[in-house]
Amino acid sequence: MSNPKPKLSIQNLFFTYGDETEALRNINLDIMENELFILFGPSRSGKSTLLRLMNRLSDLSEGGQRQGKILFNGSGIFSRKVDVINLRRRISMVFAIPTPLPGTIYDNLTYGLKMAGMRDKATLDERVARSLQQAALWDEVKDRLHTSAFALSGGQKQRLCLARSLALEPEVILLDNPTSGLDPISTTIVEQSLHELKQQYTIIMVPHSVQQAARVADKAAFLLDGQVIEVGRQKDLFVNPKDQRTEDYVTGRFG
Amino acid sequence: MKRQQTQKLAVGIITTVSFLVVVPILLVLIFMIANGIGGISWTFLSQPPRSGMTEGGILPAILGTIFLTLGTAIAAIPLAIGAAIYLSEYASDNRLTRLIRLAIVNLAGIPSIVYGLFGLGAFVLFLNFGTSILAGSLTLGLMTLPVVISTAEEAILSVPQEFRVVSLSLGATRWQTIRHQVLPHALPGIITGVILGLGRAAGETAPILFTVAAFYLPELPQSIFDQTMALPYHLYVISTQIPGMPMEIQYATALVLLLIVLSLTLIATFIRSSMRRRREW
Ligand SMILES: Nc1ncnc2c1ncn2[C@@H]1O[C@H](COP(=O)(O)OP(=O)(O)OP(=O)(O)O)[C@@H](O)[C@H]1O
Ligand SMILES: [Mg+2]
Repeated sequence: MSNPKPKLSIQNLFFTYGDETEALRNINLDIMENELFILFGPSRSGKSTLLRLMNRLSDLSEGGQRQGKILFNGSGIFSRKVDVINLRRRISMVFAIPTPLPGTIYDNLTYGLKMAGMRDKATLDERVARSLQQAALWDEVKDRLHTSAFALSGGQKQRLCLARSLALEPEVILLDNPTSGLDPISTTIVEQSLHELKQQYTIIMVPHSVQQAARVADKAAFLLDGQVIEVGRQKDLFVNPKDQRTEDYVTGRFG
Repeated sequence: MKRQQTQKLAVGIITTVSFLVVVPILLVLIFMIANGIGGISWTFLSQPPRSGMTEGGILPAILGTIFLTLGTAIAAIPLAIGAAIYLSEYASDNRLTRLIRLAIVNLAGIPSIVYGLFGLGAFVLFLNFGTSILAGSLTLGLMTLPVVISTAEEAILSVPQEFRVVSLSLGATRWQTIRHQVLPHALPGIITGVILGLGRAAGETAPILFTVAAFYLPELPQSIFDQTMALPYHLYVISTQIPGMPMEIQYATALVLLLIVLSLTLIATFIRSSMRRRREW
């Protein structure tokens, strides 16, 4: 068990958008299996960009330029041999703005599985129920699975999108601000379920606030202007930051 | 107070202008119905012309127009939708695709007689299809392509980008994303474009003049290599080429053509609005 291999290893990663915005500059991070890893920092520091690189949604940004490596279970995800479709099933993204697809709640939850070729109704039903329970949404929607996903409230949509990713049973989930539209009670529910989820998944999350980051993180990285300023375990980073800029941000002196 | 008056004035002007647009269309319709309805009978719709076309019906022309419209649909729709999908979903924005778009816009502006001559040269003579339904459908199809491509592309682009990103992020392939998230939502727009394009094709004379239309051919076509009569050309013939043609037959023929084209337009409008109503976002 000593010195285990990281689940994801980001090495000398640079990313520049087509309009020359240097979003990420020389990122180096190791993320361990079953860790809840927090990426935090002020707006435009590059958090979403980094998440999108991890399952290659960054491929969709036309003209984007990338340098460096990301290793997933030890092998590079940008290599030509990699099956991007499969990668996105294993590293699943939940977006900051909850976006249901047109159709019912059930359609949304089974979409990824059906696209992967799964047809067995019993398995689909079982995955739907389990992922909704994991996302703390089952009780609210179990009687209306076949109604439009657009009729859900903002917070419900957000949990639906989380459940939709979980239904794929990925290895890693990327959460971009999963509680942005939630009231304090739902936020607490989601935060609690995160603790259960990380028994099964590796979670990389952009938090809603520094307070949330400190509450849920196993480990965290502070980003500023596309660079990692400091990485540390929860108690080091939020209690005794080494870098002055981290301390200023964590204590609310800027940002 | 002053702002409200300006507002009222503006609304008044806009309402008046809209009426002015509708009035001539209604007048044409009323005029055609008033003059043509008397000539329409079961015999007129179900019999071939007789006695130098001054008696009998226009069945071969009606069927010919229907065949040609179907042929146009078969020739144009797959190609147009394929091109629209390629341009909007696959092609990146570069010099080549901009050239293709420019070409499409310009093709839409070419006079239909030019398509007719091109069809004569390319399909009738060079490919040796002869004067035939095949050559006519291809010519009409070619003429219809630009408008269908443009409307289909517009419909595809109006599908929110988020749906594509979410679909891809859930491990769908590019084609699955297009098939399940883009095309279903773009369909009303695409169908509207197709039907409007076909409506135009059904009413055109010039493209079929040298490629398929027969002056007088009471027998129905047996294959796609046969000529056929068609309503627009038949109308042209009976109103300019035949002395002593009864006016009633001319108006009745025009009315039938008008009704076919109008019903295509109405179907398009109906599909669009009923599918809009079902849209969730
Ligand atoms: N599609 C894009 N095209 C061009 N520039 C972009 C694009 N997306 C993000 N950027 C730029 O990249 C930089 C990093 O943006 P990113 O969205 O990763 O920040 P973030 O840390 O997620 O911010 P926020 O907390 O506001 O979500 C910003 O300067 C942003 O303007
Ligand atoms: Mg962001």
